[in-house]
Amino acid sequence: MSGEIAKAFARAKARGEGALVAYGMAGDPDLARSVDVFTAMVEGGADIIEVGVAFSDPIADGPVIQGASERALKAGSTLKRVLDEVVPEVHRRCPETPLVIMTYVNVIMAMGEERFAKLARERGVSGAILPDLPPEESEALRATFDAAGVDLIPLCAPTTPRARAEAIAKDGRGFVYCVSVAGVTGMRAELPPDLSQRLDLVRKASPVPVVAGFGISSAEQARTLSAHADGVVVGSALVRAAHSDGPQAVKALCADIKRGLKR
Amino acid sequence: MNTETSTGRFGRFGGRYVPETLVPALMELEAAYMAARADPTFDAEVARVLREFVGRPTTLTPARRLTEAWGGANVWLKREDLAHTGAHKINNTVGQVLLAKRMGKKRIIAETGAGQHGVATATACALFGLPCEVYMGALDVERQALNVFRMRALGAVVRPVESGSRTLKDAMNEAMRTWVSQVSDTHYVIGSAAGPHPYPSVVRDFQSIIGKELRTQAMAAFGQLPDAIVACVGGGSNAIGVLHPFIGDASVRLIGVEAGGHGLDSGQHGASLTLGTEGVLHGSRSLVLQDADGQIQEAHSISAGLDYPGVGPELAHLAKIGRMEVRTATDDEALASFYEVARMEGILPALETSHAFARGRELARELGAGKYLVINCSGRGDKDVATISARGVPPAVGVKA
Repeated sequence: MSGEIAKAFARAKARGEGALVAYGMAGDPDLARSVDVFTAMVEGGADIIEVGVAFSDPIADGPVIQGASERALKAGSTLKRVLDEVVPEVHRRCPETPLVIMTYVNVIMAMGEERFAKLARERGVSGAILPDLPPEESEALRATFDAAGVDLIPLCAPTTPRARAEAIAKDGRGFVYCVSVAGVTGMRAELPPDLSQRLDLVRKASPVPVVAGFGISSAEQARTLSAHADGVVVGSALVRAAHSDGPQAVKALCADIKRGLKR
Repeated sequence: MNTETSTGRFGRFGGRYVPETLVPALMELEAAYMAARADPTFDAEVARVLREFVGRPTTLTPARRLTEAWGGANVWLKREDLAHTGAHKINNTVGQVLLAKRMGKKRIIAETGAGQHGVATATACALFGLPCEVYMGALDVERQALNVFRMRALGAVVRPVESGSRTLKDAMNEAMRTWVSQVSDTHYVIGSAAGPHPYPSVVRDFQSIIGKELRTQAMAAFGQLPDAIVACVGGGSNAIGVLHPFIGDASVRLIGVEAGGHGLDSGQHGASLTLGTEGVLHGSRSLVLQDADGQIQEAHSISAGLDYPGVGPELAHLAKIGRMEVRTATDDEALASFYEVARMEGILPALETSHAFARGRELARELGAGKYLVINCSGRGDKDVATISARGVPPAVGVKA
């Protein structure tokens, strides 16, 4: 276990806030300027940064992040370059903020699981989220990551049956990522009414913090969810803000959502 | 002889690499499929529909003029092009749509490349009264206009996909995204023996009717099993369907022919078994065309059905262990074979199938006289006539211009 992630949640809690996990696409609009976007997230109050690494076939993502992936690939983003050029610089500018890589399993396999884990840890990565790697396929990879000190953060879905959700939560690393809606990433006007019960259930079973993600884009949604989760993930709304209005808009949106997370 | 494990592995390949949201649905599908297989009334209903509606068994036809021209083995054709809708794809869609009905699903989605699987899904949905939505790369929508019309005529909604290379790979991404959002009441009919477990096994089982019929027909027609069977390979559903029942027969050579596109050196091809590396695409671990950073590369083939950068995990396994031989045919070779088969046998093969024919000549010679070579005619070429005629039709044999 990396430890940094637990500390970040504890710091937020001590301030009486839910944690904001902010997602950005490394390499959108290019590698250097995406560092500014990640930095702006932290300036706006983000507690944990999810560094998205583009994949050509992002089946868990909606149009906003899919579009960012295409732009990042065109700008030459690769996992190796993100670890060499983005992660160390974000880590240097925001040394307190844990960095989590979010990408697809094929990108990790292409680099080599052990090589990735070692390199990621050396450069300052605390965890990884792989949305196309369910528990059945993740055992070997999790052991590799554990050995290197990188948390493989599990996902739990609205369709996950209760016993399975509890098993996923019990074995969590870093935090448990509760997917709020059955669908792909992207902003939603409404979240499912039973989401809070599901969060309560997972939180009860989990030794690590629990966050809700997918579809969350406003302070109001963050406020509703923070009673039932240790934090929220905001992705598409930030990616869209970065793309259309740049780092200042990202900072403002993070600050707004952080206001919603105050308890 | 089954090669897969209970977790859907074929050697190193297969598995279930999908968002957690889909895992319960895949488990439900697996359980429902096992229950259906154990229920003789399900098998009987599939068999009845295949007989009454699809027109099975499809014939095994001697290719007498090709046999003579090629000067080697006796060439026979397994005629999936004679199945209703013009390709083997209907075998699987009838089975899966019946399964979906049994599971109480309210609607069907599918992806399609050449359009044959889309047409076959739309057809099964019309037959059984389920709404159907088909995702198709925008480029394929352009080059397969006839099949787009057929799907619409059958009542399906065709959704052109504009992302990525605008072909089959992107259509499959979009179908999976849609399925994630609608998984509770929707069944996703995958058309290739690819995708997450249990799809590679489900599709193989429904397509194995081709090889099972061939066993019986070969014994009746020439008194022995074929010495070699050749099939084209994109995702690989016709190949696994015709080859699988023969995996345990050491005397039968199994040959898959991939899209060589503009040539293997050109970088523009669909030869995942020949030049692919291990990776995860569309829910399973297999051989895929990708760059050193794990980004999936765009495939190329003159035939939309072979224009796919992955391949089913069981075929990857069979190729890896050497049970299936893998060859390639270029776009030009496939085109030449299209005309050769048309003029020698009176059959317009699909461009996909033409790849299998392109290697048929040398295989017939390698095998030699007295041996039996079966070419799986996966589909008919009507859908491809616009693509082919755009390149100019060679003059008829013996007719002066």
